[in-house]
Amino acid sequence: MTVFAVRGRMEFALMKIHEIKEILGAELLCGDESMDSDVYSACCSDMMSDVLAYVKDQGVLITGLVNPQVIRTASMMDMICVVFVRSKTPSDEIIKLANDCGIVVMRSTLRAFEACGLLYTAGLSRLPGDRNA
Amino acid sequence: MIEMPDTLKFHFDVDGSDFSSAGEASVVVKKKLRQLGYPADIIRKVSIAMYEGEINMVIHANGGTAEVEIHENEIVIILSDHGPGIPDVNLAMQEGYSTARENIRVLGFGAGMGLPNMKKYTDYMKIDTKVGEGTTITMKVYL
Ligand SMILES: Nc1ncnc2c1ncn2[C@@H]1O[C@H](COP(=O)(O)OP(=O)(O)O)[C@@H](O)[C@H]1O
Ligand SMILES: [Mg+2]
Repeated sequence: MTVFAVRGRMEFALMKIHEIKEILGAELLCGDESMDSDVYSACCSDMMSDVLAYVKDQGVLITGLVNPQVIRTASMMDMICVVFVRSKTPSDEIIKLANDCGIVVMRSTLRAFEACGLLYTAGLSRLPGDRNA
Repeated sequence: MIEMPDTLKFHFDVDGSDFSSAGEASVVVKKKLRQLGYPADIIRKVSIAMYEGEINMVIHANGGTAEVEIHENEIVIILSDHGPGIPDVNLAMQEGYSTARENIRVLGFGAGMGLPNMKKYTDYMKIDTKVGEGTTITMKVYL
């Protein structure tokens, strides 16, 4: 399953990483120092091949896949945050790699569909003007 | 050829027996390029192309080697393996063509977009391959 969302055209409405954590009720696993970083888009996929082929400037990767390639793929794509859904728990090795790559990692009990829906509803993927539409 | 004194070269052995390490070399190269201060778009091109090629060596060819050369005008990536080779390169280059089985797809790879993506993100790509002997892919990103 692959869902993409790009927020903004000329203007960018940004969401802070800590907002994403709050909206998803997620648990932070690493990257405390980047909680104030901004993102304006996200993508959701369990296929890293699709992320490499289709993602443009999405800053957040939501996935149910857990392996080191999730972090490496995010890093290659200049993404700054990975959210593992369905309570998937990355190993210490994966967290160490994420720390090394400067990537924030969170874990959420939500399913991917719900996580995407909540972020979308909160405004990620929409222009600021129609945020409350 | 006279070698530029400021050419930087990196060599990596890519382990084909341990999928969890696949992509390690590309992470190191990305970090190096960042330290050297190359523009983000150049770094992203090199990273994605090398990463796709590195993953391919692990999932299709039981590992190999990666050489990265940073010249004044270009970054060259050479990926060599002694895997099965590619019988039909034109077919392999097609978007969506993949021989990867379900055991690879559950790891998040095998959508058949790797080779086309490598071509897309590089300015030059050459595939030398022979069935039963192996594959060498040379890619260049111009600076
Ligand atoms: N280094 C390699 N050695 C042997 N076969 C390869 C190699 N790289 C790619 N291939 C072949 O080319 C096909 C297409 O590669 P690619 O576009 O990266 O898709 P994928 O890796 O998702 O299958 C692979 O499925 C495989 O059959
Ligand atoms: Mg591939």
